[in-house]
Amino acid sequence: MPDVELQEHVDASRGPQPAEPPPGSAGRSWRLREKLREWYLWGPALFVAVGVLIPMVYLVLRAAEAEPAYLAALVVRSRTLELLWNTVALTAGVLAVATAIAFPLAWLTARTDLRGKRLVTLLGVLPLAVPGYVMAYVLLATTGANGTLAQVAGLGVPRLNGFTGALLALSLYTFPYLFLNLRTALLDLDPALEESARALGYSRLQVLRHVVLPQLRPGFLAGGLLVGLHVLGDFGVVSLMRFDTFSYALYVQYTASYDRIYAACLALMLLALTAAVLFLEARLLRGLSLHRTGSGASRLTPPVRLGAWRSVGYLFAGTVTLAAVGLPLLTVGYWMQEAASIPWAALGEALRGSVSASAPAALLACGLALPLAYLSVRRSSPTTHALERIAYFGYATPPLAFALALVFFTLRTVPPLYQTLTLLIIAYALHFLAEAIGPIRTALYQAPPRLEEAARSLGRSPLQAFVAATLPLLRKGLLVSIALVFLSAMKELPITFLLSPLGFDALALKVWSYANEALFAGAAPFALALMVFSAAFVGLLLLREDR
Amino acid sequence: MDALLTVTGLTKRFSSAGPPVIDRLTFAVQRGEIFALLGPSGCGKTTSLRLMAGFERADDGHIVLDGRVLSGPHTHVPPERRGMGLVFQDYALFPHLSVLDNVTFGLRGHTKNEQREKAARALRLVGLQGFEARTPHELSGGQQQRVAIARSLAPSPRLLLLDEPFSNLDALLRQNTRSEIRGVLKQEGITSVLVTHDQEEALSFADRVAVMRHGQIEQVGTPEEVYYQPRTLFVAQFLGRTNLLFSQAQGTEADTPLGRVHLSRDARGPVLLSLRPEHVTLDAAEAYPDRPHASVIAREFKGHDITFRVEMDGSEYLVHTHNRMDFQPGDRVALCPLEPAVVLESQQPPAAPLSGVTSAEAAAS
Repeated sequence: MPDVELQEHVDASRGPQPAEPPPGSAGRSWRLREKLREWYLWGPALFVAVGVLIPMVYLVLRAAEAEPAYLAALVVRSRTLELLWNTVALTAGVLAVATAIAFPLAWLTARTDLRGKRLVTLLGVLPLAVPGYVMAYVLLATTGANGTLAQVAGLGVPRLNGFTGALLALSLYTFPYLFLNLRTALLDLDPALEESARALGYSRLQVLRHVVLPQLRPGFLAGGLLVGLHVLGDFGVVSLMRFDTFSYALYVQYTASYDRIYAACLALMLLALTAAVLFLEARLLRGLSLHRTGSGASRLTPPVRLGAWRSVGYLFAGTVTLAAVGLPLLTVGYWMQEAASIPWAALGEALRGSVSASAPAALLACGLALPLAYLSVRRSSPTTHALERIAYFGYATPPLAFALALVFFTLRTVPPLYQTLTLLIIAYALHFLAEAIGPIRTALYQAPPRLEEAARSLGRSPLQAFVAATLPLLRKGLLVSIALVFLSAMKELPITFLLSPLGFDALALKVWSYANEALFAGAAPFALALMVFSAAFVGLLLLREDR
Repeated sequence: MDALLTVTGLTKRFSSAGPPVIDRLTFAVQRGEIFALLGPSGCGKTTSLRLMAGFERADDGHIVLDGRVLSGPHTHVPPERRGMGLVFQDYALFPHLSVLDNVTFGLRGHTKNEQREKAARALRLVGLQGFEARTPHELSGGQQQRVAIARSLAPSPRLLLLDEPFSNLDALLRQNTRSEIRGVLKQEGITSVLVTHDQEEALSFADRVAVMRHGQIEQVGTPEEVYYQPRTLFVAQFLGRTNLLFSQAQGTEADTPLGRVHLSRDARGPVLLSLRPEHVTLDAAEAYPDRPHASVIAREFKGHDITFRVEMDGSEYLVHTHNRMDFQPGDRVALCPLEPAVVLESQQPPAAPLSGVTSAEAAAS
């Protein structure tokens, strides 16, 4: 911020009429005073910036405490290379499998005469309602000597774990991100382009290769980024599947030996990898402008007749749905019935724990998102855009690394805050802030700024004018953002794992710890409860999409 | 004279590079007067209004309302403490409040009874009794506009600011609403500043008009003054179509392409003259053997008058005449000025090819 102000000052002194009082010196102190007067806007924004960025700085400080030689020995060794390879391989593998599932499904629902396309579309999104660690639990509980398959059908399938297990679990729950993006991209394609290519002598397959696929790139990149960030940020799946990635190593470090310097190094490497993915996506997207050049409304593409292939289409959609949605429901149902009785007390305890952290976090996130969104919409400037960007950065940061950074930060600066509910709530709020900003931003764009000016000319102070004129119009957006953050926090695992107070119970922790010890019946009721909350989250997202 | 609002040397720049948006703007508005700031888009008129309302902070200059400094080098009274009413182009009615709640919005600090009385009076003024319970989206554009005016009048502001308030109404409704609202403002003696780019609106609505260009006022005067006696080329062109004559002035008369004409004031040497189309008439060429002759190119009968386009020495001129003038395209005619031509001020000597008809479109470009 100081750089920006300095720049303006220099510009002012270079101005054409130095005799005029420039907006530099007088304007600068005025601008600062204006910011102080609007403390209720800039205060929360500053809190977010500090809360997200400073812990990251502490990670670096922690790592830098070590002797350079020791640090080099820690980082530059075959173990690191192995972790890197595993993490990258898992990310690439999940992208490949998710694409293999998502692309045919998107094509079937967007471009063919398959009947029941709406239902298939819904089923293609529903796997989002199964959190990754629940999916991992489901796969673990299905296979192996004690798994459902062995017990019910006597099928001796080896227990899924390691790379294959993590790959399947992550692919099955992240493919909807790609599916949604590819489907939208396919629906937006201009049919005239394909028809021109056919008229120029290209076969159907050649058109797909040379005309359709290149145009799907932005949608693929957008969906692929979400999948990649989820894989990098994942902790539940790799820990349950015992697959050695940065996240898993970080978890082992944290629980077993707790070498803080090495943990900090691992977190930083994970962060670097995330930054690389973000950079790569931005790089690949640059200069990619694939808008229709013509004007007027695009015609609807005539659907492809599947004919005899229709049954193949149904088979594919059915298999995917069965694996991603049916299997979790069947598995949880089976193990619920295996369990002697439903542990109502423990369930209530865990539910209370989850809500006691998620509900305040949702309110806090909403309270922080409101001034941030307001600043970025109504006081649009490089500073406010950077502030909003920081919130998105907090969202993209792998939660395990974010939580670890907060641990270091609080232990160093405010030790009493460590392992308190307050810290957990703040961590949730900062991590999920981006989810809260979206709906509020949209609502703000629909509330004309003139309303507040009208209120001010009728005698209200800026804050009163906002409360009287704009706030009532944001009600729906605020509710949606509270709900989104609440539901996200309910299913969040790694942050809860690292930051929860002693004796704190949460649904996510229960599922994970039971599944981690292969107590499948014990995990079932908690998994079911989580799927209900996740389904509500997905339903809310779909409702917003519809509007 | 009794000025309610005085604006002195008002200056505003949005970036340190480039010219200011408002450049040493100075004017005064009398008590009870309707004052219009008229200019093309980008001339700074809306910024001036926002400076008066307090939504923008001036870089220099003073705004004084009724003896109270609202804006000065070390003063900036926030909008809510300026006691000004403001009517927006898009009305800015609160969509979540009823008509009554919109109108009472600015009446905090009054008892419920007073609020109801004042709101009822304001709504009666704009002719909207019986609409109290409606919400803004149940009203037509014209009704919303009246609610907006009622809302800003209800707290009895000392000054009413109107930002292009009629531009969102269709043509017929606009004329009616305009004259009704003018009636209300005059009847209540409310001092108002109107901002508009529509010259007809400014001329018919305001008591005095200030024509703005590049953040400065080019001319202030009654509608008749600025229309009949434009000071500059810009004002002459912005307020309607006019014939420009490059001439040699000799005192009270000048030699022009149309022959000798009387001047509005004494001048000598090369000057640029403005002669409105309705200040010229046509006559048969034979009746004026010593005047230059023109030929009629086009005749446009518009009912209550006729517009002729005539050509002389490669330049085109416009003439509005009464509806019984009988010349047809091809006829040879003489142009006879009915009024003295207006001498326009200009920094540099005007160039000869400027002669001919020009319009507001030419001025805006």
